[in-house]
Amino acid sequence: MDQFTLNLIVIGLSFALYIGIAIYTRAGSTSEFYAANRGVSPVMNGMATAADWMSAASFISMAGLIAFTGYDNSTYLMGWTGGYVLLALLLAPYLRKFGKFTVPEFIGDRFYSQTARIIGVICLLVISITYVIGQMTGVGVTFSRYLEVSNSTGLWIGAALVFCYAVLGGMKGITYTQVAQYVVLIIAYTIPAMFIAMQLTGHVLPQTGLFGTHDASGAKFLAKLDQVVTDLGFANYTGHHKSTLDMVLFTLALMIGTAGLPHVIIRFFTVPKVSDARASAGWALVFIALLYTVAPAVGSMARFNLTATMWPGAVTGTEAGSTFSEPAVSLEQIENAPELQWMRNWQTTGLLGWEDKNGDGLIQYYNEAGAEGAPIAEQITAQNLQGNELTTVNNDIMVLANPEIANLPGWVIAVVAAGGLAAALSTAAGLLLAISGAVSHDLIKGAINPGISEKGELFAARVSMAVSILVATILGLNPPGFAAQTVALAFGLAASSIFPVLMMGIFSKRINKQGAIWGMLAGILSTLIYIFTYKGWFFISGTNMLEDTAANWLFGISPASFGTIGALINFAVAYVVSNATEEPPVEVIELVESIRVPRGAGGAIDH
Amino acid sequence: MSDRQSSNAYWQANLRIIWICLAIWALVSYGFGIILRPLVSGIKVGGTDLGFWFAQQGSILVFIVLIFWYAARMNRLDREHGVDE
Repeated sequence: MDQFTLNLIVIGLSFALYIGIAIYTRAGSTSEFYAANRGVSPVMNGMATAADWMSAASFISMAGLIAFTGYDNSTYLMGWTGGYVLLALLLAPYLRKFGKFTVPEFIGDRFYSQTARIIGVICLLVISITYVIGQMTGVGVTFSRYLEVSNSTGLWIGAALVFCYAVLGGMKGITYTQVAQYVVLIIAYTIPAMFIAMQLTGHVLPQTGLFGTHDASGAKFLAKLDQVVTDLGFANYTGHHKSTLDMVLFTLALMIGTAGLPHVIIRFFTVPKVSDARASAGWALVFIALLYTVAPAVGSMARFNLTATMWPGAVTGTEAGSTFSEPAVSLEQIENAPELQWMRNWQTTGLLGWEDKNGDGLIQYYNEAGAEGAPIAEQITAQNLQGNELTTVNNDIMVLANPEIANLPGWVIAVVAAGGLAAALSTAAGLLLAISGAVSHDLIKGAINPGISEKGELFAARVSMAVSILVATILGLNPPGFAAQTVALAFGLAASSIFPVLMMGIFSKRINKQGAIWGMLAGILSTLIYIFTYKGWFFISGTNMLEDTAANWLFGISPASFGTIGALINFAVAYVVSNATEEPPVEVIELVESIRVPRGAGGAIDH
Repeated sequence: MSDRQSSNAYWQANLRIIWICLAIWALVSYGFGIILRPLVSGIKVGGTDLGFWFAQQGSILVFIVLIFWYAARMNRLDREHGVDE
């Protein structure tokens, strides 16, 4: 059976499973549509949250980001998991006790203001729409790579599938589909990682293999990797090279951004009790950690395998310079050897490229730039090198090409394809639900037509879901130029607007309407202005006022880290403005008192 | 009024537990993982040092333990103050 048929069967089976679940779990009421009738067990919700949260970026890109930077990008690992501690301690139990359906609804009720609620809706829409574009693009790319259909056909197939289970099932359908998608994606991620950890270190668990011994050289794996990359003039893998302040701020921005993402928060509305919301955050992190502790092993081992492919001498020997004990891989091998078929496969996608610049028939991969590049000078003279000859290595191929690099059976490749789709589709569905809830519940029922019947609202929710899928698909087909920058934008906005306003709403009785509104505006505007100053106004290239380099950044703070500062500005402005204006009304103080104690959350179901 | 006092004591106890958890949360990630890494670099772990382990694996494991400990501790506190569900 050829690879294409295998991919078709595995992906087809996974889709049949998702649709089967959707038909079985149709939503019949708004409570089922928005919150799965608050009947999801904490473990199930944890699993669904993990799938909801882990997007194409976690599945495909993160290991590559770590592979080529090493220690400095640990920020992603800590930042994207530490946010769950904040959710469990500071937000999830209280918002569950509040017992309503959307994040802007809490903002509107707690700050007794339609304006605050509408600002919340706008933040939610900007965050979720920018985020969903990335997922839809991911779906299109995966389809076109593995099913040999065009990018746009792939996107429409993905959109039709999401339409089936999200519009029919709402939160209830999405929850149980996400549980299935989690299982698919975690299997797809860990199986190749286990094979590779076995091959390199003899450990079955990638988590222990990372800190284990490299079999071929007898050295510790990470020490071996450090030696190989420094031989070739790259910065050492385990070393700290970036600014400490920026690392701290970036990690914090990712953490509070994660805790402020509306599509993650609404997942905690589905559990029966307040105590379940706390435990559920723990379960979510357990399931996320299964992937996040494998990712650094995948990254480092993929980096090692790639380097050892280019320099066969890198495998044995432990002393500095032993990488050059054998010549680099030859052009003839890359073009003909069966075990290097994967390089030719990925060359056709444009994500991997090489060029024999000095015409010696060998492809030398190295770095000569910066202080790290100094050790390579001797080899440059000895081998007459004219520049690095592995000209293109895209971060994203580290996960996707892994099974091919390690020569794993065809069904593993098919499962990885299904896993990538599961990661993108599950996140897209969660985002679309957050969007449709904000439109039908906060805009239509909350502002435009408060007298709408439950049946009418359910219909409106389905229509807005369908429209959002259409909009997301069209944006996915023609991704705006800023698609790559959206992570900074989404996390920056979530960190600087939604997280602080929710936290103050729960932990302070003094923050009032004016404080919340001015705080949110100050947080959002300062973050947007900072990002646009370096990335260009509305991400239009050439309109940036300062060049986006570390030397120009204010105190060395990168635009992606600025969400932390935006959050601090939000807190400070809200505090000052609230204390200068009147106290919140007594019924709002009673609301805060009531969300602080768990008893009575069950009764909130039929509000 | 006794209700209000009990819920006030409950809230103060909750805040104390949150502060303890946040201190540990910050210590393992921002502390050992980033800022204090040079201080603990003498402790070797699998070919690198303790700070690298905390940054890439240890802090995630601590986060999990923290959340479950908080959840269990709060369930007990809820019962002690009669505000459990």
